[in-house]
Amino acid sequence: MSTTQAPLVDLKGVGKRFGAVRALDSVDLMFQAGECLGLIGHNGAGKSTLMHILAGTLRADSGALLMAGADVRSGYSVQVARQHGIRCVFQELSLCPNLTVAENTRLMCPALRGFGWRRRAGALIVASLDSIFPGHGISPSAVIADLPIGQRQMVEIARAFTCVDEHLALVILDEPTSSLDARVAEQLLRHVRRYVEGGGCVVLISHILGEMLATCDRIAVMSDGCVVEVRAANAFTHASLVESMGSMAKAQAASQVFVSKRDSQTPVVNQRPARQRNQQTVAAWAGEIVGLAGLAGQGQSQWLVHLLRERVAKGLPVALVAGDRQTDGIFNLWSIAENITISSLAALKRGALIDPAAEQSMAAQWQQRMGIRTPDMNSPILSLSGGNQQKALFARALASDSDLILMDDPMRGVDVGTKREVYAIIKDEASRGRTFIWYTTELEELDHCDHIYVFRDGQTVADMARDQLSEAQVLRSSFQEEVA
Amino acid sequence: MNLNLHFDRVRSKPWLWSFLAALLVWLATLVFTRGEGAGALTSSALSFSAFFVIVGVGQMFVITTGPGNIDLSIPANIALSGAVGMKLMDSQNDLIVLGVAGVLGVGVLVGCANYALIRVLRIPPIIATLSASFLLQSVAIAYGRSVRIAPPELFYQFSTGNVMGVPYLAVAVVLLTVFAGYLLSRTLYGRWALAVGQNIRAAELAGVRVERVRWATYVLSAVFASLCGVLLAGFSGGASLSMGDEYLLASIAVVVIGGTSVAGGFSNVPGLWGAALFLYLLVSMLNTFGASAGVRLILTGVIIIAVIAAVSGRKSLRSL
Repeated sequence: MSTTQAPLVDLKGVGKRFGAVRALDSVDLMFQAGECLGLIGHNGAGKSTLMHILAGTLRADSGALLMAGADVRSGYSVQVARQHGIRCVFQELSLCPNLTVAENTRLMCPALRGFGWRRRAGALIVASLDSIFPGHGISPSAVIADLPIGQRQMVEIARAFTCVDEHLALVILDEPTSSLDARVAEQLLRHVRRYVEGGGCVVLISHILGEMLATCDRIAVMSDGCVVEVRAANAFTHASLVESMGSMAKAQAASQVFVSKRDSQTPVVNQRPARQRNQQTVAAWAGEIVGLAGLAGQGQSQWLVHLLRERVAKGLPVALVAGDRQTDGIFNLWSIAENITISSLAALKRGALIDPAAEQSMAAQWQQRMGIRTPDMNSPILSLSGGNQQKALFARALASDSDLILMDDPMRGVDVGTKREVYAIIKDEASRGRTFIWYTTELEELDHCDHIYVFRDGQTVADMARDQLSEAQVLRSSFQEEVA
Repeated sequence: MNLNLHFDRVRSKPWLWSFLAALLVWLATLVFTRGEGAGALTSSALSFSAFFVIVGVGQMFVITTGPGNIDLSIPANIALSGAVGMKLMDSQNDLIVLGVAGVLGVGVLVGCANYALIRVLRIPPIIATLSASFLLQSVAIAYGRSVRIAPPELFYQFSTGNVMGVPYLAVAVVLLTVFAGYLLSRTLYGRWALAVGQNIRAAELAGVRVERVRWATYVLSAVFASLCGVLLAGFSGGASLSMGDEYLLASIAVVVIGGTSVAGGFSNVPGLWGAALFLYLLVSMLNTFGASAGVRLILTGVIIIAVIAAVSGRKSLRSL
């Protein structure tokens, strides 16, 4: 790694906002040829946003994007990025499932034209696969949809490293090993080293600390939209990496006396996640607030939905507060009142019919309790702001007679004021004996929980009471230490 | 509250429109005939509309449960139920109850069969109910092969009689629509069906028993179609294999013209009557004007397309 060489790309003070949310706050980062740069951080730290800006799919609001000394921020796009030799492999696979491996290669390489392009594209991708994943066994005429997820990921990666008449300078690999088995992941990381030593540049994002430390030359740690630390990889250890990811200035939450609610009686819920390989279960006792932590998409939501389905099928009471309002929560055509009462209709019946007066009074009661800001609960749900819609979803679950409330990352996109109000209500309801199971991606919300389970790869890997809770411990469990 | 006003308008407008259209067509016909036959026209409009409304109620519940849900087995079900009803009644007044019970049983079975095809074999409803209708039609042909059996006298009188120009049938079907209205807005089943139609995943997560709702809906639709079949057989003096044919398009047309959302989750019961009256009066107006059968069919098709286009032109509240 020569430091005299001009950097490939130099980001200076790059910022990006999404509405009121500040995703990136003045990021300075340099990408150099002949180097593998690691990027690490908790959910929402800004890694993906930064990579999307580098790849041209998002535009930075402020700062400068220097390439060969010139600022290209205005007018930067996917095309410009490609002209500069930037390629990316994102988590969500970008292959067309109905096309073959060779045809997908053609999509990336417009230069493959004319008679016999399919044969040439096939030869090209096979050559690339052979060099990265020897013994891969993938045929260029295979249709993507028929390949298992691991092989699709291999094609996606191999495709990023193929080129015809184009120069290739920087490859972004976002969680490339997440769907690869250990042997193939090893092959990939070895290829990354070879490519980098040949003068290329790779940006590697991974949640597996071991592979980051072993593969990268430099590691940049991100937290809350900032790059908080950039060091040579060999200057980091597992422990120091985890430590720098947490927000260090955070004061210890006012530590009230913690009294475990796990007494002799049996738990309300005691269930093993479907993919759990040992006998560890997730349990919740009456009156407890149980937190599900870990990185986003590690099977927490699936576990909650699975639990809900099972209880509904058995006729046991259960209610869920959805985080993804549009997909999982609200009924767009209905009023606020109708949206709230849908889970409590059986209790609102007088004889065979639903009593409109009882329905109105339930809506009014929960409007007051949750502080839903509207002049009329019979207005359409879509007339409410996002935060108030979310309050209506909380009201739906809390108004039901269920003593078990599941929450699927319910504070997504909710403002701070609303959050505080809702936290207080949750605590209050728990003290009356209701049980909450709360999946959250925000570390500070875990302070409200009595007991925390950390999920990784569909399994619960750590289990701690509040008095043992520390951010470092949650982070350590969220990130895999070694390749599995 | 601008949004609120808009919402109210969307909610109340559709069914008013269909009644208004029916009224205009009625007036146009009477202007043409200089007021002659107003009573007879109104009376027959009520009778024929009643049949449209019965199947329309069932189809409305099916369409309410969301995109992709439709019952195409209605015509075959009508033919089969008419034949079963007439055979069981065997032209005897004291067998009427048996006949009606048998027909309702057929409806329940047909509904369960439709649902089983959709659920167990995972066939899309449009194909499941269409293929079920071939089976039903074949059974109806095999079963109803014998000579045409006349309905019992009492049943015939009920189906065709009227009190001061208002057919008994229309009165009964108005009561049926009142029942359907309550079912839709004031019962657990109705609310659940509306929820499923708006967002099936959100409904499941809110504790709605989605599959039960879908089962009940297909059974309801089939039972209503069966009821229509036996009444139609009574009305026309016996069952025939083709008597359900026009009810496929009609059942969907009255639902859509009546203001029910084709995308599901929003339904309109009174609109069914407005739309059914409009459809019948439109045909009789064109008859009075001396239009040919071809023109009648073309105009009916054009009007249905126009209504669907107008409804979808309305700013959609659904984001997806």
